[in-house]
Amino acid sequence: MRIELEKRPDVSKLFGFVSPLLALVLTLTFGAIMFAMLGKDPAAALSAFFVEPLLEVWSLHELAIKAAPLILIAVGLAVCYRSNNWNIGAEGQFTIGAITGSYLPIVFYDWHSPLVLPLMLVLGALGGALFAAVPALLKAHFNTNEILTSLMLVYIAQLFLDWLVRGAWRDPKGFNFPVSRDFAPEAVLPAIWEESGRAHWAFVFAIIAAIGVWFMLRYTLKGFEIVVLGQSERAGRFAGFSAKKMIWFSFLFSGALAGLAGMSEVSGSIGHLQPAISPGYGFTAIIVAFLGRLNPLGIIASGLVLALTYLGGEAAQLSIGISDKVTRVFQGLLLFFVLSCDMLIYYKIRIVWSRVRGGAV
Amino acid sequence: MSIFEAILLTVITASTPLVIAALGELVTERSGVLNLGVEGMMIIGAVGAFAAAQLTGSAYIGIVGGIVSGALFSLLFAFLTLTLVTNQVATGLALTILGLGASGMLGEAFVGAPGIRLLPIEIPVLSAIPYVGTVLFKQDLIFYLSILLVIGVNWFLFRSRTGLKIRAIGDNHASAHALGINVIRTRYLAVMFGGACAGLAGAQLSLIYTPQWTENMSSGRGWIALALVVFSSWRPWRLLAGGYLFGAVTILQLHAQAFGIGIPSQFLSMLPYAATVVVLIMISHNRRTTMINTPASLGKAFVPDR
Repeated sequence: MRIELEKRPDVSKLFGFVSPLLALVLTLTFGAIMFAMLGKDPAAALSAFFVEPLLEVWSLHELAIKAAPLILIAVGLAVCYRSNNWNIGAEGQFTIGAITGSYLPIVFYDWHSPLVLPLMLVLGALGGALFAAVPALLKAHFNTNEILTSLMLVYIAQLFLDWLVRGAWRDPKGFNFPVSRDFAPEAVLPAIWEESGRAHWAFVFAIIAAIGVWFMLRYTLKGFEIVVLGQSERAGRFAGFSAKKMIWFSFLFSGALAGLAGMSEVSGSIGHLQPAISPGYGFTAIIVAFLGRLNPLGIIASGLVLALTYLGGEAAQLSIGISDKVTRVFQGLLLFFVLSCDMLIYYKIRIVWSRVRGGAV
Repeated sequence: MSIFEAILLTVITASTPLVIAALGELVTERSGVLNLGVEGMMIIGAVGAFAAAQLTGSAYIGIVGGIVSGALFSLLFAFLTLTLVTNQVATGLALTILGLGASGMLGEAFVGAPGIRLLPIEIPVLSAIPYVGTVLFKQDLIFYLSILLVIGVNWFLFRSRTGLKIRAIGDNHASAHALGINVIRTRYLAVMFGGACAGLAGAQLSLIYTPQWTENMSSGRGWIALALVVFSSWRPWRLLAGGYLFGAVTILQLHAQAFGIGIPSQFLSMLPYAATVVVLIMISHNRRTTMINTPASLGKAFVPDR
């Protein structure tokens, strides 16, 4: 038996919509098999993982909290990936954004002003952008592989954060725990709707960013430039677009969004700096970007789905005693199925059963 | 044993997994496939080796477990990128994410379990040579394998007929296909060789480097191995030298921490990653050398027209 691919004359619009859904269904099916193998009732486990977290209002707030950084980062990554720049280091830019955003509330603890929060937002985005500027500079000027450099910088950022919270920025009254002092109230990102849960403004930022980028990609020259350069650098050059400038633009833009996400996370959800501030948001956002077909509006939906895997992981750990590592497995599987189902957009599958080979192989 | 010998021994232990994993990726990339999943295959190899050793009580069966689990895991990547022609970069990332998750889940049962260490094999006569003997000839099996692999792969790629085919596919898959070489099948084998090597490297981590299981114990070595392939400009001997250079950087920062020099430990721990970035800059700066050696079809999908 052989699987043969036959190129479609046109890109299939139908499968553009169906393939992410198919990927979800396949992931759930595999999830059920996995739970059965772990000796759990698949239906109950899947429902604890993917349905129960959606049934309560406070839990929907938690979903928004987890979706916000994923959407923010993934929207920036979509701009990168569409223009053929592989920024894999969003996790590091997230971390640095959290650090620069925390500069004011930690170092100038006694400065109380309504200006603090806006400045923190700016600093967070700036930090993330500057950190993303490193792989951009190296790619643009030294032709260095941006996948590897941006990734190495993740480890450097995490060690830097570790040093800060254990050293210079450690709370003197923190009983020697490696945490910074808690942010003053004016440095905390406010909740959107305080009566019912904790969800804060980061989710609003995420939606604004997604809609803004969607508009940019669809209606502006910049968006056209991104898409053309991503599909063919040569074609872009003939149109007078510069691939080098695009490296800078896409990295700085995605870095700024990742930095903003990092700042919002420490300010809105955690309230101080600590050695671990992200359950891998920067890496999961890669899956979010692909599941959303690199389309900002799709990314809103896929960000919510991936946020649900985090939430479901926590819930399933408590209610049915499944390791929270299952979360990562689900996320990895989902990315696999998304990528393989996307093939259906460009190719038709033909399964050839006969062993006789047609023509020369 | 002198302190000098002791340091050299730890450098070798730190370098061996890098060399093995990078060597596997070198063969994969020579065939034109860019597999960014080395980190994932490595950690799956580490947990596979640890599990096999625990279940059978033998570190040698552990090695086999590591190799087999790494190769099988890479098959997933091969199927997606070669049969279903998915994007190689994204699929490699998926392999790493899935590998880290699955290894964490599978390994949970082994957290805290006392590991089974692979013991060194003393080669008679040679190991009696002062200095060199203890360092080079009183080593574990995986170290000997790593050296044999470098020699073997170098011979295979540049002296054997199949090696020539692999390089031809990597440089121009369309021409190779026209010449009647089975591009897809060869690439499958090259990817699986890469997976087997990454798995063996993972086995070294959980059987020798730190004979126990901890989550994420590969801690970025798979990515450093990928950088090493670029560093070596796809040549096994340069890769061996590069691997030892990185191993030395890793160990020197550990010793510097132990001696308590005035730099915070976190900054010393950054050194291997920073060194990787610096080396990448140095290598890619010279466009001529990188362009000449990079397999021209690297990362490009191949769909045979029928």
